[in-house]
Amino acid sequence: MMVLEFALITFLIVCAVAFTFSKRLLTSVIIFMAYSLIMSIIWLIMESPDLAITEAAVGAGVTSVLLFLALKKVNALKGKKDE
Amino acid sequence: MSNSNFNQDKKPNAHSKTPWKAFAGWVNGEYPEDTFEKPELYQVPEQAHGAHHQEEPEQPAPAVPEQDAIQAGQGHFLLKEKFTRFYKVYIVLSVIIGCCVVGVLAFAVCSLPPYGYAENPVNNEVSEKYLEDGLADTGATNAVAGMILDYRAFDTFGESTVLFVAVAAVMMLMKRSMNKKDEEGERLVAHETAIDKKDQNLILKYGAMILVPFIILFGVYVILNGHISPGGGFSGGAMIGGGLMLYALAFGHEKISKVITYRAFTVTTGCALLTYAGCKAYSFYTGANHLGGDIPKGIAGAIISGGFILPLNICVGITVAFTMYGFYALFSKGEL
Amino acid sequence: MEVILSHYYDIASVILFGIGFFTLLLHRNLIKKIIGLNIMDTSIFLFLASKGYIFGRVAPIVSEGATNAELYINPVPSGLVLTGIVVSVSVSAFLLALAQRLYKKYKTINLDEIIVLAKKEEE
Repeated sequence: MMVLEFALITFLIVCAVAFTFSKRLLTSVIIFMAYSLIMSIIWLIMESPDLAITEAAVGAGVTSVLLFLALKKVNALKGKKDE
Repeated sequence: MSNSNFNQDKKPNAHSKTPWKAFAGWVNGEYPEDTFEKPELYQVPEQAHGAHHQEEPEQPAPAVPEQDAIQAGQGHFLLKEKFTRFYKVYIVLSVIIGCCVVGVLAFAVCSLPPYGYAENPVNNEVSEKYLEDGLADTGATNAVAGMILDYRAFDTFGESTVLFVAVAAVMMLMKRSMNKKDEEGERLVAHETAIDKKDQNLILKYGAMILVPFIILFGVYVILNGHISPGGGFSGGAMIGGGLMLYALAFGHEKISKVITYRAFTVTTGCALLTYAGCKAYSFYTGANHLGGDIPKGIAGAIISGGFILPLNICVGITVAFTMYGFYALFSKGEL
Repeated sequence: MEVILSHYYDIASVILFGIGFFTLLLHRNLIKKIIGLNIMDTSIFLFLASKGYIFGRVAPIVSEGATNAELYINPVPSGLVLTGIVVSVSVSAFLLALAQRLYKKYKTINLDEIIVLAKKEEE
C-alpha cells in the first residue's frame, strides 16, 4: 500500500511541476484535471470518501470547465504558445 | 530554484541539456528535432507602431489573434523600456521569500507527530465525542455529515452563503447589461448561437442524451443518501451542476434557459438558503445542542432519518447545483 | 530518512505548497496564477486530511451500530476540508471572472502588460 501511496505522491508532484513548465494554458488546465483526479484517489486511500467524491466532482469537473470557459473568453485556445 | 530560470530562459537557443529544460520541452511537446521558430521576446514586431488600444474604434473587431500579437509586442516593448530592473529585483526577492517560507514550513513539518498513529494529539476527545455520541445525537450513520450538518451546521450555513455571494459577485462582473449595449459581446454571442444551430454534434448529443439522466440521478442519490453513506449536499450538488452543464453544452442554452430563468434561479437559491436558516433557527430556538425539543430521529440507516440532516442536505444541494450552473451560464453566455 | 518515511504526506504537501507559491509569485499569466492558487489550496487540504488518518481504521460511517471510537478515523479534518473545497471553487470562479474583465479592458491577461497599459492610461 505504501508503494502505491509513494507512486501517487510522485505523480502528484510531477503533475504540479509539469503544470509550472507548460507553456500552453490548455495543457496546464488538462494537467490540473489529472492532478485533481490523483488527489481524489489519494483521499480514497486515506479513508475519506466524502472528500474523494467532492474533489472528483468539483476539482476535476466544475473548476476545469470554468477554466476552459475562461480560456475561451480570453482567446487562449488556439496557437502554439501563450506566454 | 529552477522556477527563476524558467522565467529568464526565453532566449532562442533552448534545447539545452539541463534536466529541467528537457522536462519543460517534454511537457510542451517539443523534441530536439522540432525546428519551429521560437518567437523572440523583447523584440518589437513591425506592427507595433500602429498599436491598437482600447479607445481606438477603427480596429475591426474580428481580428482578435492579430490584436493579441500586437498587444504582446507593445507590452514587451514597454516592459523593456521601464520595468526590466524592477522585475529582476522582484524575481530575486520572490525567490528568496519563497525559499524562506518553504524552508520554514518543511522544518516545522518535520517536528510534527508522525503520520497515522492513534496517539497523535489531533485525535482528542472532540472526535471521540463525535464518533461515540454522534449516532444517538444526530441519527446519521455518516459521522462527517452528522458533524457538518448538525453539530457545526452554522458553519455550513455560512459556507452556503459564501457560494451565494460568489455567484452574485460573478453576476455583477459578467452579466451583460441591458441598458448599455456591448457590441462585441453581442456579436460573440450571436456567433456562438449560430455555431450551435448549424453544428449537428451527433456524438455529443447522443452521449449527453444517455449520460445526463444518469448523472443527475446519481447526484440526487448522493444528496438523499448523504446521512447514511459517503457524499452529501456538496458533492451531489456539484454532480447535478455538472449534469446541467453537460446538457447546456450539448443542446444549447435556449432549452435550459426556459426552465432555469433568472427569476427561478434567484428565487430557488434564496428559498433554499432561507429554509436552511429556518430549520436551524428552529433548532436553536427550541434548545440547541440537543437539550430538548428535537424532532424525531427515526431509525438509523433508513432514508427518512437523521432529523434535520436530510432537508438541510437537500437545501445545500440545491444551492450548490444552481451555483455551479450559474457560474457556467455566466461564464459562457453572460446571462442566465 | 526516518523523518521522510514517517512524514511523507506532510513533506509532499509542503513541496506542493512551494510549487503553488512559486507559480503564484513568478508567473506573469493571470490564469496560471489562479491555477497555482488552486494547487496551494489542495496542498493545504492534503495536509489537513492526512492529520486525521489512523492506520488500520475505516471511514467514519457507522455500520451495524458499532459506535466505538477505536474503529474509525478522525472525522473532524474531513469536515473542515469538505467546506474548504467548495469555498475554493467559488473563490477561483470569482478570480476567473475578474481575469475576464481585465481581458475585456486591456485585451491581455499578462500581468506586466496590464500594469504597463494601466500606467499609460493614467498619464
